[in-house]
Amino acid sequence: MDSLSLTIGAGEFLTLLGASGSGKTTTLRMIAGFDHPDAGAILMDGEPITGLPPYRRTLNTVFQQYALFPHMTVRENVGYGLRMRNTPRAEIGTRVVEALDMVQLGPLGERLPRQLSGGQQQRVALARALVNRPRVLLLDEPLGALDLKLRKEMQLELKHLNRQLGITFIYVTHDQEEALTMSDRIALMRNGRIEQLGPARELYERPMSRYVADFIGETNLLGASAIRRLGDARVHLTVGGTELNSPVSTGWRDGQPAWLAIRPEHLHVAAQDQPALPVTVRESVFSGQVTRLYTALADGAALVMHWPAGQPVPAAGTTLRVGWPEDRGIVVGD
Amino acid sequence: MTTPNRPPPDRLTAALWTAGTGIFLFIYLPLAVVVLYAFHDASIVAWPFQPFTFRWFGALAHDRGMIAAASASLKLAVMATLLALAVGVPGAFVLDRLEFPGKAAFERLVLLPLILPGVITGVALLTFFSFIGLSLSSGFPIIPGWPVVLGHGAALTSIVVTQVYARLRRFDRALEEASQDLYASAWQTFWNVTLPVIRPAVLGSALLVFTLSLDEIAVTFFLVGRQNTIPLQIWGLLRRGITPEVNAAATVIFALSVVVIVTWAKLMRED
Amino acid sequence: MSATSGAQRLRRLAFAAIPIGWVTVLLLLPYLFLFAHSFFRLRSGVLTHEFTLENYGRLFGTGLYPQTIFFSAGIALRVTLASLLLAYPLAYLLAFKVKRHKNLLYMAVIIPLWVSYLVRAYAWKIILGQEGILNGLLISLGLIQRPLEVLLYSKWAVMIALVHIYTPFTLMPLYASLDAIPAALKEASQDLYASRWRTFWHVVLPLSLPGVVAGCTFAFVLSMGDFIAPILLGGNDSALMVSNLVVSLFGVAYNWPLGAAVSVVMLVMTVTLLTIARGLEDRWSGKTVRRSGGKAVGPAGLRA
Repeated sequence: MDSLSLTIGAGEFLTLLGASGSGKTTTLRMIAGFDHPDAGAILMDGEPITGLPPYRRTLNTVFQQYALFPHMTVRENVGYGLRMRNTPRAEIGTRVVEALDMVQLGPLGERLPRQLSGGQQQRVALARALVNRPRVLLLDEPLGALDLKLRKEMQLELKHLNRQLGITFIYVTHDQEEALTMSDRIALMRNGRIEQLGPARELYERPMSRYVADFIGETNLLGASAIRRLGDARVHLTVGGTELNSPVSTGWRDGQPAWLAIRPEHLHVAAQDQPALPVTVRESVFSGQVTRLYTALADGAALVMHWPAGQPVPAAGTTLRVGWPEDRGIVVGD
Repeated sequence: MTTPNRPPPDRLTAALWTAGTGIFLFIYLPLAVVVLYAFHDASIVAWPFQPFTFRWFGALAHDRGMIAAASASLKLAVMATLLALAVGVPGAFVLDRLEFPGKAAFERLVLLPLILPGVITGVALLTFFSFIGLSLSSGFPIIPGWPVVLGHGAALTSIVVTQVYARLRRFDRALEEASQDLYASAWQTFWNVTLPVIRPAVLGSALLVFTLSLDEIAVTFFLVGRQNTIPLQIWGLLRRGITPEVNAAATVIFALSVVVIVTWAKLMRED
Repeated sequence: MSATSGAQRLRRLAFAAIPIGWVTVLLLLPYLFLFAHSFFRLRSGVLTHEFTLENYGRLFGTGLYPQTIFFSAGIALRVTLASLLLAYPLAYLLAFKVKRHKNLLYMAVIIPLWVSYLVRAYAWKIILGQEGILNGLLISLGLIQRPLEVLLYSKWAVMIALVHIYTPFTLMPLYASLDAIPAALKEASQDLYASRWRTFWHVVLPLSLPGVVAGCTFAFVLSMGDFIAPILLGGNDSALMVSNLVVSLFGVAYNWPLGAAVSVVMLVMTVTLLTIARGLEDRWSGKTVRRSGGKAVGPAGLRA
């Protein structure tokens, strides 16, 4: 970990996004109490919790591999936290039933974890955390082991739970698509620091660095040169031999190396009089939802675009002129 | 930087560390004492310790009885190892790959010498050999006696079987299938593919059998003929009078055992 | 499996015949012979092959032999408990609190197991003797005036030595079962408001039970079967253990049938104990995390 500073609002769904080693899990574990910062403080509702052991913090964690107690039934697992806080037996009973119903596992109370499917275990882990009515719920890549369809269902369910219960969710994942789907805000982390923090849309449309642009969604990154400022938010630059203007990210400083970032879905064949980049088609790949056209600029740099459905796909070797709405591109630094 | 789950040291953890260290010392100090007194410069092993002499090692090197016992023990260990391998490796394959009536009984039987006190296996073998009339000194002086050789082999085969069987269970059969796909016969596959992969387990178990045979007391006690093995020789010394020569012998054995076990551990880690 | 020709099958049978034949001749037959001998009769010092139950008769009731068996079991039980109390903290420490050189330290704890047994038993003779280390130390520290005689040549010496020798045996399976507990389970427990002590009681201890059973079984069986330590350290109590009985009955006391009977009783006790232990382990292990291929597999694996 390097250093970071982060404020999360009550009821917010915040995702810590990043590659392995970025520090996202470590940050989560510090909030939970399993790791300790060398310096600094963690505050919950204004109260410092930094020195407190995990069992004194009123937040709960959903673990990556669920960490269900194999020697206890589902009901005993879910009721564990309540038992440890000496909740009266009758109350434990009702709240466990409530929690299991909330995750649609009502009839499975007497089963053992090993008798459940991965998706069911995941729900038990969720119920076990939520039954304690924590102020904050920490989730450490809980959906990684599920298959695609189940994962997408759970993503929506978690989002609904967050809205419904008003609990703050702090979610860790390396899957950017998942982060975009679920989060109110995303903190993209890299090498122990936050690279960019903001609502999903902002990270997608206004990345502050090449890393962010590249990590989130598909992007074309074209080396830019001869950059001249046209104002606070625009620059004039040369890309692949062509001169054009573009918005520039607030993260770029004059003199830094720069790239032009454009997402494939914004590229189209340009009309004659529009500024555009000349490219040669290499190959096309059909993927159901979208057909990707892989092209190359004169200097060899690759450019990927989405080809509109229904139109005949140009053959390899065809030359095209490719353009985009100027405000969809952005110039970024490192 | 963070420290994974290491809250400031507290009394519970400190107590745990203290207890653990104490127990560790309990396990090791007696051994250290034995080794220390191998260098004791006096004829009786008593407090206080008199530094320092190597003469007991010298006495050991000239102790005829000990030398004969060492020779016998080594021969015994080598033969026991060969027997255990010759029977144990096929035995492991039988357990891993063959189904036959009575397999469960076979498995139990193979494990029996490992889990029973050696005394029982020893007397069982004694009654057997006495019944078939195989003298305890048969084969002497070339080998320490057929009964004790066969006895060691029988008792220690289990080690080879369990170690090699455990390795076989982890063995990826696809390797053998690939070999056969590439035109190798069953024997070629075994020799070129299977055996090299399980070699650490085979070698490791051979090492263990060798060491255990050298140290074997219970079974040997009942089956040995006229010639003592090292443990029995030491046993005799212990019962008569204790000079630090016994300590010297013990130290040598300790050193050898450590070397063997460390080698075995290295072998196992490669796997 | 590929189709095997007749010749291949024959070769395979021959290959299998070696271990099966060996085990039958050199293991099955001897144990059977032992069993048979327990029914033979000794007439004026000569072994006959008459069938009799009198050997077993002497083992039940209130005579010397049953007493010895009970006594041995009592000692073994105490040794087992002591070993468990010693092994558990050390195993726990190794499994959870040691980060670096974990394997090395584990090896260090296990190595004494492979060092000659005699060496370890003998060590206590030096330490506990009248002129031994402990007495010497206590005297030079001024804690006692004359050497304590009670230390050596008593059942206490035997027990201490047995505990010393068999604690690593108890530790091995205990460590294995503790090490197999994923750290996430302890963290989850603390996340759910259980203090470290309660986490131990509700999560770690139950999951370590198979290891506890295995370790205790080892220690008990091995202690019962030990005849060296009692002779070296037991003094007047040197015939106190069951195995010493067997040794003397097959030796100086020359009564093979009786010795065989005692051995059979020991065998039955051992096998029964192990069967119960295996049953317990299976029942409890069924609920625990399994190691597969060296990596801990999560609860019920990652099957969806």
